[in-house]
Amino acid sequence: MTGLGTGLGSGGWVLWALVAVPAVVGAALCAAGTSARGRQRWAPVTAVLVLVLECVLAALAALQRPSVSVPFLPFAPFALGVDGLAALVVPAVTVVALLAVVVAAADVDAARGRFCGLMLLFVAAVVVTATATTLPTLLFAWEVMGATSYALVGFAWWQRHRVAAGEVAFLTTRLADLGLYVAVAAALAGGGGLALSDLPAASAGWRDVVAAGVLVAGLGKAAQLPFSFWLSRAMEGPSPVSALLHSAAMVAMGGYLLLRVAPLLAATGWAATTTAWIGVSTAVLMGVVALAQRDLKQLLAASTAAQLGFVVLAAGVGSVSGGAVQLLAHAATKALLFLAAGAWLSALGTEQLPALRGVARRWPVVGVCATVGAASLAGLAPLSLWASKDEVLTAALRTSGWLYAAGLLGAVLSAGYAGKVLVLIWRRPRAGAEREFDTEETGDRHVGWLEKGPLLVLAVAAAALSVAALPPVRQALAGVLGERGAPGPEPGELAVSAVLAVLAVAAVGRWGVPEPSWARNWLGLGRLAVSGVARPTERLARALARFDDAVVHRGVASGAVLVLRAARAAAHLDRAGIGAGVERVASAVRRLGGLARRPQTGLVHHYYVHAVAVLAAGAVLLLLVR
Amino acid sequence: MLSLLVFLPLAVGVVLALARRLPDAAARWGWVVLSAVEVVLVAALWLSDPVPAPSGLQFEQRVDWMPTVGSSYHVGLDGLSWPLVAVTVVVFAACSVHALGAGRRPRQQAALFCFLQTTCLGLFAAQDLLLFFVFFDLSIVGMYFVIAGWGHGNAARSALTFFLYTFLGSLALLVGFIGLYLAAAPHTFDIVELSRSAPLRGSGSVGVLVLGAILLGLAVKTPTFPFHTWLPPAHTDAPAIGSAVLAGVLLKMGTYGFVRIAMPLLPDAWRDWAWVVLAVGVVSVLHGALVALAQTDLKRMIAYTSVNHMGYVVVAVGAAGVVTGSAEQARQVAVTGAVTQMVSHGLITAALFLLAGVLHDRAGTYDTSSFGGLARPAPRYAALFSVAAFASLGLPGFSGFIAEFQVFTGAIATAPVSAVALLGIVVTAALFLRAVQRLLTGEVRGHSHGFADVHAREFWSVAPLLVLALLIGVFPAPLLQVVQPAAAQLVDLVGR
Repeated sequence: MTGLGTGLGSGGWVLWALVAVPAVVGAALCAAGTSARGRQRWAPVTAVLVLVLECVLAALAALQRPSVSVPFLPFAPFALGVDGLAALVVPAVTVVALLAVVVAAADVDAARGRFCGLMLLFVAAVVVTATATTLPTLLFAWEVMGATSYALVGFAWWQRHRVAAGEVAFLTTRLADLGLYVAVAAALAGGGGLALSDLPAASAGWRDVVAAGVLVAGLGKAAQLPFSFWLSRAMEGPSPVSALLHSAAMVAMGGYLLLRVAPLLAATGWAATTTAWIGVSTAVLMGVVALAQRDLKQLLAASTAAQLGFVVLAAGVGSVSGGAVQLLAHAATKALLFLAAGAWLSALGTEQLPALRGVARRWPVVGVCATVGAASLAGLAPLSLWASKDEVLTAALRTSGWLYAAGLLGAVLSAGYAGKVLVLIWRRPRAGAEREFDTEETGDRHVGWLEKGPLLVLAVAAAALSVAALPPVRQALAGVLGERGAPGPEPGELAVSAVLAVLAVAAVGRWGVPEPSWARNWLGLGRLAVSGVARPTERLARALARFDDAVVHRGVASGAVLVLRAARAAAHLDRAGIGAGVERVASAVRRLGGLARRPQTGLVHHYYVHAVAVLAAGAVLLLLVR
Repeated sequence: MLSLLVFLPLAVGVVLALARRLPDAAARWGWVVLSAVEVVLVAALWLSDPVPAPSGLQFEQRVDWMPTVGSSYHVGLDGLSWPLVAVTVVVFAACSVHALGAGRRPRQQAALFCFLQTTCLGLFAAQDLLLFFVFFDLSIVGMYFVIAGWGHGNAARSALTFFLYTFLGSLALLVGFIGLYLAAAPHTFDIVELSRSAPLRGSGSVGVLVLGAILLGLAVKTPTFPFHTWLPPAHTDAPAIGSAVLAGVLLKMGTYGFVRIAMPLLPDAWRDWAWVVLAVGVVSVLHGALVALAQTDLKRMIAYTSVNHMGYVVVAVGAAGVVTGSAEQARQVAVTGAVTQMVSHGLITAALFLLAGVLHDRAGTYDTSSFGGLARPAPRYAALFSVAAFASLGLPGFSGFIAEFQVFTGAIATAPVSAVALLGIVVTAALFLRAVQRLLTGEVRGHSHGFADVHAREFWSVAPLLVLALLIGVFPAPLLQVVQPAAAQLVDLVGR
């Protein structure tokens, strides 16, 4: 396994090229786009060519299933491999990326070099994420994915609120990513190995830590509760970005990771149950949030979190094939809807739902495609999300009836919010609708073929992926994913959900939808993150900065002042104490000297007197001593 | 060869200092040529003997110096010092290119930096405590003159604070060295001999006290909380290239002292101190990051991120002393990460400080809120700054990730409590994204009007540093296979 050579032998070059081509070209486009002026038409052309190549490479990789490994860190190689799950997801991501860039060629008209470069870098990161076979390799790409998503959401840097939205997305997901850092350390300490497939083998206590860490990271990326709010802010990015990042790739990778580590989650006992319930709760609550939205992209974003909830549920109940099909069906459906929303936004300058009333009649091709997407999202038979959701729900029913019931509620809610879009875009436009246009930007009232073509492809995919429900396809898929053929949905279950979806859409058409105001603001999660985490952190930071200046540094400075004061005191002691004392001694000696000089008069009779006096004193002393 | 590498800059510096008639341009280019020669020398040495022996030194040289006190001129390189020698020549080369533009007294500046380069290289090559101490103190002297002579703002005061604080720290270090000397039999200052005999092993409180003195000295230099407050003013008032050298190379002297002296020479005292070191590291990480978040002055902010980044090194070396109940492999990972972090921080922070210097050259201020929308007038500056910011916040693909990832993996696997320090990388991300937002994005405002994009000398001084950080981030194996054996040996020494 180790070494480039063995990797190359088994088609490893395909895998390296799959990663390196978009990474290198993407970096080059970013660099070239920095200083180049003008329209930079070369950028989308290059990116489309690279992504066409990328699709071919992805198909080759899916067929050949190569795996490669090179030395990276002393305790973990950089290892990639295409297994059944990756063979399904990687080609899907590359195709959606290609379509999104084709649309962006028409839609994004500033700094295209940087835009296309970042998209390619993102694709490279996703490919590594999807094919990583060890935890460190995964973390590497995982965070690059987050950073490129920051740069893409905040692409229009001259508008600070968009940059801020990118920051929210990056910081929220990075906070969740800490789970992966902990998981790597726990896997190392647990002794089971750092390969994703070895994680369940870690010693019991550490295994719980690994599972918890991976779970938190996956939930963060997949915009599950309680992290969902970042996805709402991320809608400030360009629509082609949302079509790739918030349908097929980045958000989906959160669910994908949990599918990949489903055995680990199951091994701990508690993690799988937790995962399932968080997934189904997100499906329900974000479904309600989606119902309440009046902005098309916000509705789609909330529904992304909700639909990913079914993938997370699948990971929790151990249905990898159900989760994978849900992932693919959602990717096609949601990329389609985001691109349609983007087309309408650039044409009409708005994404407010009331203003989009009847928009399908104005551009029928876009309208029909969007209808297929919305119908699939609603779970209408025989479209793809109907089939995939039931696959997941069946697995949930095997685990717990309550999970199944909650999942069914989530399915009805998705029929509700998708029905809301479906009905609205076909209603007759009101007179004077023009006044509601151009709220976000100035639209050009035009949808070109570069925007329509990709929609058609995705509409076909969103419809056709329902073949996964057919028993032969199901069997083949389970084989590819290495699952023992669990029984698929009973016809009764399929019928129940299909009928429920139809009823829900019909009810929406007849009576409209409730728009619970408490859910409009994404359950206040964003505000909670600001007031509960961001603001306190900033306050703490300012307090510590003051503490640093006023206490720590002042402490040192006052230490220095003390030294200075001690020095002055010593100097004073020197001058006034020791120096003065020495001088006093000296002057006393001088005075004594002066006194001693006085008897030396030079007169002989004085000396006689001295001698007599001394003799007399001697005699007295002698008498006294005796 | 190694001595040539160390003293060549000094020789050139003396020539530069004495040649009063030398034109400014010749002095500037002379410095560039010298630093290029140094880079080539390091590359040649590396190629001549790429993988160090598992134990023992490369390019070792030992000459009697002060035999009466058991001190000799003893130099040599191993897997711990090699990377730092390489970073030193690279950072100085970047500074020499950056200094090609206008600047006061270029001849004297070049001479001073040449002197400084010798002290840095000498310190990393030194295998004798007294030699180490001499280079340590001379580097402080050199940096004092850089700040006082070429700084701005309140340079004289900041330089004095820097000098007194770090000089005081070096005295504590000297006390510790003398303690080691006295404990060794026969008395010696030789690092290799001392690490072989570990003289204070089993001495209980004496070893703990000696290590305490050494730790104090190194903690001031690194700097760790609470001895870090000399750093922000020193950086704020230093010239750009002075900051780059101070952060990129001089701070490493403190952390290098941990792995070169404190750990191998006083292994059991290190184990006694391990939890203290770990705690100081965690506090430095969080305190540095949070205080940096509150700054609006770009240079102060980067200075505090240095406290944070050096904190990761301290966490790692602290964890490496937590021997009981942990796997040797995890401790090796932590130490490898610590050395990688020294390299990584040297490259990335030097780049950031050079970029901060560009702001000051153009607008005379580091206040981030007085800029905005810089990406419009200066797209290349914006690109370089963004890349440097993401590299510094530990994005995979850059060296910072390789370093911090290993530090965290090793430290958490050894002492799970160090997971608290992980919050540091989120705060760091927040503060760099905010700096990017304030400086580069939004509408063009304040000092951004008429801001000239980076000149060639600025580009070519910053870009190579970032490219190196990128190369290490994507292909870490060549660096790690030098560091890892030395880290393994060090962990073995600490565990004995």
